[in-house]
Amino acid sequence: MELVLVNLIDGLVTGLLLFMLSAGLTLIFSMMGVLNFAHASFYMLGAYFAYQISIALGFWMGLLIAPIIVGVLGAGVERYGLRRVHQYGHVPELIFTFGLALLIEEVVQFLWGKNQMAYNIPEILNFTAFAIAGNSIPAYKIFMIFISIAIFIGLLYVLTRTRVGMIIQAALNYPKTVEALGHNVPLIFMGVFGVGTALAGVAGVIAGPVLGTFPGMAFVLGSIVFVTIVIGGLGSLWGALVASLLIGWITTFAKSYNIAMSDILNGIGIATPENLDDSIWRDLWTVTSPQIADILPYILMVLILIFRPYGLLGNRDA
Amino acid sequence: MRKSIKLGLGAVLALTVSTAAVTADTIKVAFIDPLSGPFASTGTNGLHQFEFAADYMINQNGGVLDGDMFEIVAFDNKISPKESLIQLQVAIDQGIRFIAQGNSSGVANAITEAVNKHNKRNPDDRVLFLNYAAVDPALTNDKCNFWHFRFDANADIKMDAMTDSIAANADIKKVYIIGQDYSFGKAVSAAANKFLSEKRPDIEIVGDELHPIGKVKDFTPYSRKIVSSGADAVITGNWGADMLGLGKSVIENGYSGPIYTYYAAGSGITAAFGETGKGVIRLVSEGQINPPVSDAASDYYNAYKAKFPDGNIDQARIANTIGMLAQAIEAAGTADDVVKIAYELEGMTYDSIWGGQVFMRENDHQAIQNMHIQEHTNEGITFAYDGSDFGVRSIKMIEMASADSPSTCDMKRP
Amino acid sequence: MSDKAKTNASPMRAGSMSLTLTPWIVAALLLMVLPFIFNNNSSITIMNQMWITVIFALAYNMLLGQGGMLSFGHAVYMGMGGFLCMHVMNYVEDFGLALPLPLLPLFGGLFGMGCAMLIGAISTSGAGTRFAMISLGIGELVAACSVIIVAFFGGEEGISGDRTYGLPFFGIEFLKQIEVYYLISFWLMLSAALMYLFSRTPVGRMANAVRDNPERAQFLGYSSRWVRFYSFMASGFFCGIAGGLFAINYEILTEENLNTASSGIILLVTFLGGVGFFFGPIIGAIAFTLLQTVLSLETELWAFYAGALFLATVMYFPGGLAGLIMMHVPSYRFGNANKLFVPYIKTLIPGLITVLGSAALVEMIFHYRHGSVGDNEMTLFWITFDSHALVPWIVVSVITGVAFYITKTTAPALKEAWGDANTPPTSGGAS
Repeated sequence: MELVLVNLIDGLVTGLLLFMLSAGLTLIFSMMGVLNFAHASFYMLGAYFAYQISIALGFWMGLLIAPIIVGVLGAGVERYGLRRVHQYGHVPELIFTFGLALLIEEVVQFLWGKNQMAYNIPEILNFTAFAIAGNSIPAYKIFMIFISIAIFIGLLYVLTRTRVGMIIQAALNYPKTVEALGHNVPLIFMGVFGVGTALAGVAGVIAGPVLGTFPGMAFVLGSIVFVTIVIGGLGSLWGALVASLLIGWITTFAKSYNIAMSDILNGIGIATPENLDDSIWRDLWTVTSPQIADILPYILMVLILIFRPYGLLGNRDA
Repeated sequence: MRKSIKLGLGAVLALTVSTAAVTADTIKVAFIDPLSGPFASTGTNGLHQFEFAADYMINQNGGVLDGDMFEIVAFDNKISPKESLIQLQVAIDQGIRFIAQGNSSGVANAITEAVNKHNKRNPDDRVLFLNYAAVDPALTNDKCNFWHFRFDANADIKMDAMTDSIAANADIKKVYIIGQDYSFGKAVSAAANKFLSEKRPDIEIVGDELHPIGKVKDFTPYSRKIVSSGADAVITGNWGADMLGLGKSVIENGYSGPIYTYYAAGSGITAAFGETGKGVIRLVSEGQINPPVSDAASDYYNAYKAKFPDGNIDQARIANTIGMLAQAIEAAGTADDVVKIAYELEGMTYDSIWGGQVFMRENDHQAIQNMHIQEHTNEGITFAYDGSDFGVRSIKMIEMASADSPSTCDMKRP
Repeated sequence: MSDKAKTNASPMRAGSMSLTLTPWIVAALLLMVLPFIFNNNSSITIMNQMWITVIFALAYNMLLGQGGMLSFGHAVYMGMGGFLCMHVMNYVEDFGLALPLPLLPLFGGLFGMGCAMLIGAISTSGAGTRFAMISLGIGELVAACSVIIVAFFGGEEGISGDRTYGLPFFGIEFLKQIEVYYLISFWLMLSAALMYLFSRTPVGRMANAVRDNPERAQFLGYSSRWVRFYSFMASGFFCGIAGGLFAINYEILTEENLNTASSGIILLVTFLGGVGFFFGPIIGAIAFTLLQTVLSLETELWAFYAGALFLATVMYFPGGLAGLIMMHVPSYRFGNANKLFVPYIKTLIPGLITVLGSAALVEMIFHYRHGSVGDNEMTLFWITFDSHALVPWIVVSVITGVAFYITKTTAPALKEAWGDANTPPTSGGAS
């Protein structure tokens, strides 16, 4: 029972981290229709910048400065790259971000080399906050939870309670009308892109020390961010939160408990074949939940797209 | 329009492919490993060690035969089997007779099959495959062939050595096995189960599982299971980011026993583990780096550091590979007739610069050598890794490990 | 000027690709002659890889270019076809069936089509993001399965076979690369012709209509879903053929053939070539294979250049390389192509020097930072120099700077000449 609680906390950390990435992406995606393949690359840049700054100025300055640099870079990419490509349509935009992701990885390797970076948890947070039945919860995880929740509340406040937020929400759905009302829609786009990438940068800064800072970190994260926003529903911040937590918990629990396929199949009344080693289905029989934990979100996404194309909380067709 | 483009591009192709002509006085070794992409760091480090070994051990001592020099020619395979086969063909066309590769058993498997087919179909330009790091046992068992030589100990031999060390430690009662879900991870798990049940039937294996390779972002759930299982030791075959991720996560979540592993040194991993890995990470490998076995070994390492200040010698077997190839070429008296050279390599005994001897077994072309259990520490380290204070120190040596281990290899000689 | 204009004033034909046989004959002749020009094995190996990628890219463009469907998991169909062919190849070897090797890709094609039918049944109900994300999900699932389901996919090591064990085909045993080359070339011509003809059938035409305006197509009485489904199946078939040829050429298939990186690459290849034209993917496949295989022999930074090339292409030539070529068709038609010749030379040569100079600077920085101590010599463009000395840096920087300046100053003239050349010679006509 205690393990369930521990897993809930671990899943929460994973989910909230995912949320910081998907929050920015869902805003960008729903506003500009761009599947930003380079989103995870900005996450990687956040980690590397923070590492570089932390050597000189310490972890906290890294946390403060790195996301700003990433955000400015992101805004620059929108202003000088995407805006130019926007006129050609969505596919070229997508290819642009695809190429950008490739280029950022190469540039990172060029600047920092190909090895793992020794980017570590700051000393002040390097202790065990509390323990549940022998399972220690590091203080850094608690810190990650607080940062993510603070960002979510801040984002929600800006989007629903401020004038800028109102304009953004309007621009999400009716960009032409908003432009006709005299608002500078390209500027809003640039701002949203900058903030979205900065959020990815924050995620990189705080995830770098625990998940490793290396040139492949963007690739490992891969397309799971898209999956999150599609499951949650495009343009929905709440949807992104729900989907992130759902994915966090599903993968954590699937990894924590060894549920074997043979148990499930036996449970529904199918007997294990006599000589399993010769059977062509042997691989199916021996599958366990930790093996497939990381592909469960993809199965979930395909099912959602088939049966509920709007996503869990979305209101627009994907 | 199209025609001119095809011709233009074709000209580029012909130009680049044919630039390197074969000259009589260099012996070329093709190094086919990832030099770009996510595994580039391991590949680049390996290339540097090859280049250094060829230069320091052979060329600076006047070369082999009548002053023939070694040259390492690098080919980037992007760790893709398909690209490896293309680069292999390019290497063969450049007149290269020796192919060195190590990263990924999947690629090694593709290359050993391609080399076997090539040598069968083209008896005039046969090549040898010098496998310096791919440790899938199958390569010297069911899938062995005459052209393949493995200079690293295979996964079974390493596990034999590792379990010797575990069996000698009476405090270890419970062992947890975790690995990446592919052939190597499965081989590690199978070998660990087999050897532990033979050597210490009283040890309980409290966990034996696989996780997707290169896909796990957060190892916390796995570490929770390891911690709550009460394991006294963890065995893993993980490498690269999966090794670092697993190791860091397990330690962070309250595990303090030893983690026995294969690849947890160099390529930034040692520096990234730093203080947290001290006394926890134990790895099995050939070649003793710390403490240095001899002045010659120290000189070798210092010369390497002078050339590559950021580099590590984390694959001691590379020096053996080059040395044994040179010795075989000398003995055969030719650098062109690979059949003769292969026969010389078979059964060769070689004095390694890292101490001890290396014996190339005839029946399966598996090198037999001393294995070391090394620990990650900052005490008694002469040669640290990754520009940090930490390195690996040998704490136990198994002489000529698994020299009489069985092999299912049915070698067909030409 | 004006009299010349009259003779050339015939209006442009609608659909500038006409059903002429000339390009096909030229292509077939080229395919036959090429191995005599580049007769070493590695050139032939690289060309084999190129032609396989060409088929795959053409099949991919049936969706992206002609049907407007963006697939992120298309390696699945090529990989599945390839895996099946490998199993068939091994089956033939074990049981000695009378199956000539050249027919093998057909099995791959049919299996690829079967897979496309299954998956297309759920994914083609919508285009756009929905289709793209389903293809991404399926792609990830199959890639993950390829490591888990060892019986069919052989795990990480893949499955391999030997093409020479089949029955000799008219005395050819396919021992040599050159024999495989002609087999691949034959299938390339056949598949390309069939795919071209498919784009001319009513279904192919309707795919264009559905791409541009699905609602209008629905009003006309066509089910856009079925049109998409048929395109998807046809694309799956030709992907499977490419997979079968891959199996014959490499005699091994691994999870790499199914993973998302391969799916991403084919998207880039197709786009680089140009999705708007039938022959675009052909150029893209050739260019990318050269980049990946030949440029990577020269520099570790090939992926950096590839990324930069993609960004440049998408930002400045969204029509891809094919679009770049086809841009010149109007001026050629107007008989004005010669007007562009001199301005091109004036701008493009310095432009080329700028690009090469920048690349040289990047290489020098890379060498300076990552080269081993004492190893200061580097060779660029057949010139060996010391990367730690100041002179080469100054020389390269100055050359690059001057070339960039010349490019910049001559660019307006080129633009003007471009506008001039593309003005229809008839009086008052604006383009």
